Amino acid sequence: MNYRTRRRLRKLVDKAALALSVAVLLAPCLFVFFWMISLSLKYDIDNTAWPPVFIPTEPTFDNFVHVFQESPMFLYFWNSVQVTGSATLVAMLLGVPAGYGIAKARAHGLAAVLLLSRMTPGLSYLIPLFALFQMMGMIGTVWPIALTHMVITLPIVVWIMIGFFETQPHELEEAARIDGATLWQAFRYVALPLARPGIVVSAILAFISSWNNFIFGAVFAGRTTRTMPVAVYNMLTFESFAWGPLAAAAIIVMLPVLVLTIVIQREIVQGLSAGGVK
Amino acid sequence: MAGADISGGMTGRASGDARLRPYLGFIWPALVVCTAVIIFPWLFTIWMSLNDWHIGSERAFIGLANYANLATDRRFLESIGHTFYFTILAVFLPLVLGTMAALVFHKKFRGRGFFRALFIMPMMATPVAVSLVWTMMFHPQLGVLNYLLSLVGLPPSQWVFATSTVIPSLILVEIWLWTPFVMIIVLGGLASLPIEPYEAALIDGASQWQMFWKITYPLVLPFLVVAMIIRTIDALKAFETIWVITNGGPGTASETLNVYLYAQAFAYNQVGTASAVVVVFFAIIVALSLVLLWARQKAKWT
Repeated sequence: MNYRTRRRLRKLVDKAALALSVAVLLAPCLFVFFWMISLSLKYDIDNTAWPPVFIPTEPTFDNFVHVFQESPMFLYFWNSVQVTGSATLVAMLLGVPAGYGIAKARAHGLAAVLLLSRMTPGLSYLIPLFALFQMMGMIGTVWPIALTHMVITLPIVVWIMIGFFETQPHELEEAARIDGATLWQAFRYVALPLARPGIVVSAILAFISSWNNFIFGAVFAGRTTRTMPVAVYNMLTFESFAWGPLAAAAIIVMLPVLVLTIVIQREIVQGLSAGGVK
Repeated sequence: MAGADISGGMTGRASGDARLRPYLGFIWPALVVCTAVIIFPWLFTIWMSLNDWHIGSERAFIGLANYANLATDRRFLESIGHTFYFTILAVFLPLVLGTMAALVFHKKFRGRGFFRALFIMPMMATPVAVSLVWTMMFHPQLGVLNYLLSLVGLPPSQWVFATSTVIPSLILVEIWLWTPFVMIIVLGGLASLPIEPYEAALIDGASQWQMFWKITYPLVLPFLVVAMIIRTIDALKAFETIWVITNGGPGTASETLNVYLYAQAFAYNQVGTASAVVVVFFAIIVALSLVLLWARQKAKWT
C-alpha cells in the first residue's frame, strides 16, 4: 500500500518534471512567434506603448492591408514562386538520379564534393556569377536568381537521396535486372517508387531553404525581380519604425514555410537526422 | 618507388571506375551543373584575388599584393576575431541546449509530435523575417526584451546597440534559430541506441545521471560531433542575421568575415580585395572542418 502510493507519487513527479521541461523549451521558441503575431495585429500606438501591450485589445488587419497596398507583394510572391519552384524542380530532376548513382556506385569521393559545396560561403559565388550574368545581360530577370538557387537546392537533394538509396535493399533491383530490365528501368520502376518518402522530404527541404534564401536575391534582384525575403529586408530599411507593417510582412513571408513544416514535421525530422549522419 | 605508387593508384582507380561506369549516366547531369556553378566561380575568384580590380576602373595584375594588404588591415584582422568569438559560442551553446532538448523529446508523451513540430519552427522560418522581429525586440527603449528583464528585476540592456553586448545578443538569435537543428541530429542518435545497457544499469542500481554520462553520452558522441561540424561551418558563414540586425555595427563591432566580405564587394566594389578575403575565409573553413573530421575519427575509435 505504502509502496504503491510512493510509486504513484514518483510517477506524478516525473510527469510534472517532463511537462515543465517541455514548457521551458517551448516558451522562448514560441514567444518570438507570438510577439510577431501580436505586433502585426495592433496599431502602432499600441506597438510602441510602454509597458508593451501583449494581447491586442482591438485586433486589426490594417497592417496586412498596408503591406499589400504599399508594395507589389503579389509580384514578389510570384517571383519567389518562380525562383524556388524552378530551382527545386531542376534540382529534383538532376539530384535524384545522381543520389541513386552515387549510392549504388558507392562513390564517396563525389559525396565529399557536396560537403565542399556546403562549406563554401555563399557570398563567394556571388562576385564571379555577378560578373558573368552582367556580361550575359541577364541581370534584372529572375533567371540568374533561380540558377544560383541551385547551389542551395541541388546539394540538399543529392545528400538526402544518397541516404535513402543506401538504406534501400537492392535485391528487388537485382531481380528486375535478371528479368532483363536496363539500369534505367530498374531505377525508374523499382527504386524510384520505393524512395517516394525521400523524394518528398528532399523536395520540401530544398523548397524551404530556397524560399528562405536572401543573399542571392539581394545581389541579383532588381526592383521588379525581388524575392519575398529581399522585399521584406527592403521594407526594414525604409520603414524601420512601422513595426506593425514590418511584423505583418514577416508573417506573410514565412507563412508558406511554417505551414509546410507543421504538415510534414515527422518526415523532416527523419530526413534531417538521416542526412546528417551520413 | 614512384612507379609503385602510380600503379597502386591505377589499380585502385580502375576498380572504382568499373563500379562507377554504369552509373555515370545518372550522375553526370548533376556533376556538370555542380562544376559550372561551383568550379567556375572558384577559378574566377582565385584569379581575381591576384588582381587589383575596382568595379568601373581598369583591372591590373598585382600578384599577392591583396593578401599582403589584408595581413596589415586592422579591420580585416578584427573581423577574424569577431568570427571566432561568434562561432565558438554559436556552436557550443546550441549544442548543449539541443542535447538537453533531444533528451526531453526522446521520452514518450502525449502530443510529442505536435510539440516537436513547434520546437523546430525557428530553424524553418525565414531568417530575414525572424531577424526583423528580433530587431524590434532588441529595441533599447521600446523593445519587449527589456520589459521582460524589468519583470524579473534586471536592469535594461543596450542589446545590439552597444559594442560589448552586440555579439552575445546576436548569439541569442543564433541559439534560438539552431538549437532545434542540434536536437534533430541528436534525436536521430538517441533513436538508434540499444536498450540492453540501460536494463543492465537499472539492475545494478545506477542513477539517471550515471546512466547519461556512462552510456548515453559515449554512444551519442558521434552524432554530437556531426552536429558540431555542420554547426561550425554554418556559424562561420552566418550572415543574414548579422546583416539584418546590426549591419556589422555599432561601428564594426559585429563585423564578421562574411559581413566584411560583403562590404568590400558590394559597398566598396573592391572585387580584388573581396576575392582575396574569400580565399582566406574558405581556407579557414576547410582547416577547421578537417580538425573536426579528425576529431570525429577519434570519437569513433575510442
